[in-house]
Amino acid sequence: MDFSFQFDWQAAIDSIPFLLKGIPYTLLISFGGLLIGFVLGIFFGLLSINKKWFLRWPATAYIEIFRGTPILVQVLFIFYGLPDLIGSPINPLTAGIAAIALNSGAYISEVVRGGVQSIDKGQTEAGLSLGLSRSQTFWSIIWPQAFRRMIPPLGNQAIVSIKDTSLFSVIGVGELVRQGQIYIANTFTAFEVYFVVALLYLAITLSLSMILRFVERRGLASV
Amino acid sequence: MTHIVEMKGMNKYFGKLHVLKNIDLTVEPGEVVVIIGASGSGKSTLIRCANGLEEYESGKLTVDGHPLAPKGGNQKALAEIRKEVGMVFQQFNLFPHLTVKRNIMLAPMKVKNTPETVANATAERLLNRVGIGSQADKYPSHLSGGQQQRVAIARALAMEPRLMLFDEPTSALDPEMIGEVLDVMRELAKEGMTMMVVTHEMGFAREVADRVIYIHEGQIVEQGKPDDVFDNPQNERTQAFLSRVLAH
Repeated sequence: MDFSFQFDWQAAIDSIPFLLKGIPYTLLISFGGLLIGFVLGIFFGLLSINKKWFLRWPATAYIEIFRGTPILVQVLFIFYGLPDLIGSPINPLTAGIAAIALNSGAYISEVVRGGVQSIDKGQTEAGLSLGLSRSQTFWSIIWPQAFRRMIPPLGNQAIVSIKDTSLFSVIGVGELVRQGQIYIANTFTAFEVYFVVALLYLAITLSLSMILRFVERRGLASV
Repeated sequence: MTHIVEMKGMNKYFGKLHVLKNIDLTVEPGEVVVIIGASGSGKSTLIRCANGLEEYESGKLTVDGHPLAPKGGNQKALAEIRKEVGMVFQQFNLFPHLTVKRNIMLAPMKVKNTPETVANATAERLLNRVGIGSQADKYPSHLSGGQQQRVAIARALAMEPRLMLFDEPTSALDPEMIGEVLDVMRELAKEGMTMMVVTHEMGFAREVADRVIYIHEGQIVEQGKPDDVFDNPQNERTQAFLSRVLAH
């Protein structure tokens, strides 16, 4: 057998235009999902630290369910399972965004909970003692401080979610990996194409890391 | 004359621990009451009840005419009381994400809808009054402990309180900064502010207090004019406490 292998640069370069068509989908699913996930995360994260058990309990259930099951199962359930229930098909893009939203929302809930709980109780007492209401105290004193502490773990979650979208090739949404699979089916250049796919993910995640580091530096500078 | 604070048979528990026992205490307008006692005696809890940061279980508590029901009842009264009662904490509790000036402007703007320009002018006036007008645009972490505590006093004063609570305001300070904070409090007392002060600064208590209260295991065991309490304590527990704190 011949094990000699030549990396075919031309094949790699040729694949790029086709692969790039997947990037808008990857970004749309990631950031669309994360945006909704952030809203879900604030909502359920705050509920999860509420004193009232009937608010806390559903939030905890949501968090545990979506952190405790694989995102691949979640997206398959949404794409193949839910249509049986609602009686109409769900398009793969919607299913992907929903899966990222629900999954990242559960993790972001924990980030929100941790961020808020890390703020000293004295801050709340100071706000209340000045006559601010509970919600004024929270939104003008606790939240801005908690949010700053949440930036690094939120960035981490964004990177995880971007990579998670690669699993959605299974439901046929034309994101980066799916584009790669289609391309390889015609050219049989798996090594080169997946190498380029990996580089493209790295380009997205590294850019995000750099932006986050910048935001973090500016955000923390004043405290 | 209406009392600013009126506590009648007030009891407070932390779980099973009976931290305040049958407290009867009234504070008159313009009075400076200093509360002394060992740590864990309930003195901080006592003043924290006066603005509802601690709930109490039974008895009566009226602050500036607003009756505050036990167990966090009567939220409306609580909101009124907190507008009228300022508090200064041991750990300052300044808002680290806001400049010194914004720390002071926040409550008037949010609670009283004071226009920004007015709140700004008030903040500047108060900062000058506590001697740190030049630090207005810095963040709290850039100030010394003594300066931070003076900002905290200014922040409370911005709400034009009828009563000021001080919970060990100098206990977290380096020794050389205690004086500057006590000076501000002394000025405030002179201007007629009603004050309840928990402190270990016996010199300050003797000089500024109209009345000194000694609290032991959740009970007021002795109170009176500072000279009487310090020089001629009647209760043996007060005698023992004072001999310990005044000895060194």
